[in-house]
Amino acid sequence: MLVLSRKKGQSIMIGHDIEITIIDVQGEQIRLGINAPRDVTIHRKEVFEEIIQENKQAASTAISPDIIRTMRIEKKEDES
Amino acid sequence: MQLQTKHFGEITVNENDILYFPSGLPGFENVKKYTLLGRGETDALFFWLQSIDDPNLAFVVTDPFVIHPEYFVEVDDSETEELQIKDTEDVLTLAIVTVPQNIKLTSANLKAPVLINLQNNRGKQIIMKNETFPVKYYIMKE
Repeated sequence: MLVLSRKKGQSIMIGHDIEITIIDVQGEQIRLGINAPRDVTIHRKEVFEEIIQENKQAASTAISPDIIRTMRIEKKEDES
Repeated sequence: MQLQTKHFGEITVNENDILYFPSGLPGFENVKKYTLLGRGETDALFFWLQSIDDPNLAFVVTDPFVIHPEYFVEVDDSETEELQIKDTEDVLTLAIVTVPQNIKLTSANLKAPVLINLQNNRGKQIIMKNETFPVKYYIMKE
């Protein structure tokens, strides 16, 4: 892994069109600003990994379609 | 075309019903082509997003607006750019359903819905940045 030291206000470039700027540093917490092309999706890694895990779990269901088709969900009543 | 499926044996899929996911789904990035099975059948609450490339890959899906009356999708334009959406009326929104061994713990992923542009059959699973809806939204009766 490439390791770089940066100070508040400084940036790094990834390729020619992704810029990551250190906006602020407060103890353990660092605020990053990211400029990237519109087709680059950016997520916190733990959220992305949670979705991967959930998709894998969803794809590996052992319950047959015949049972799934008969499942009835809880209808949320209108609470207003 | 003829298609082998995980649950429904060999079926015939119309070319017009093939959905293209340019980015795949998170965790299944290499699988780009899917089709919907069982949608539109009477009272079909659950139906299947079946991979075309991999017969063994299928997801149970449902309509998130049916299971959660206040559901909404909020997403950056950048996330939906590859779907080339011109009119939000063209978008079919699905939630992937996880059915564990104990089916009472069945949940729908409301944080990361699958959007399909029915005008061009392009699809993508997007991840909402807001914390309004959970990855595991439990949907079964007690």
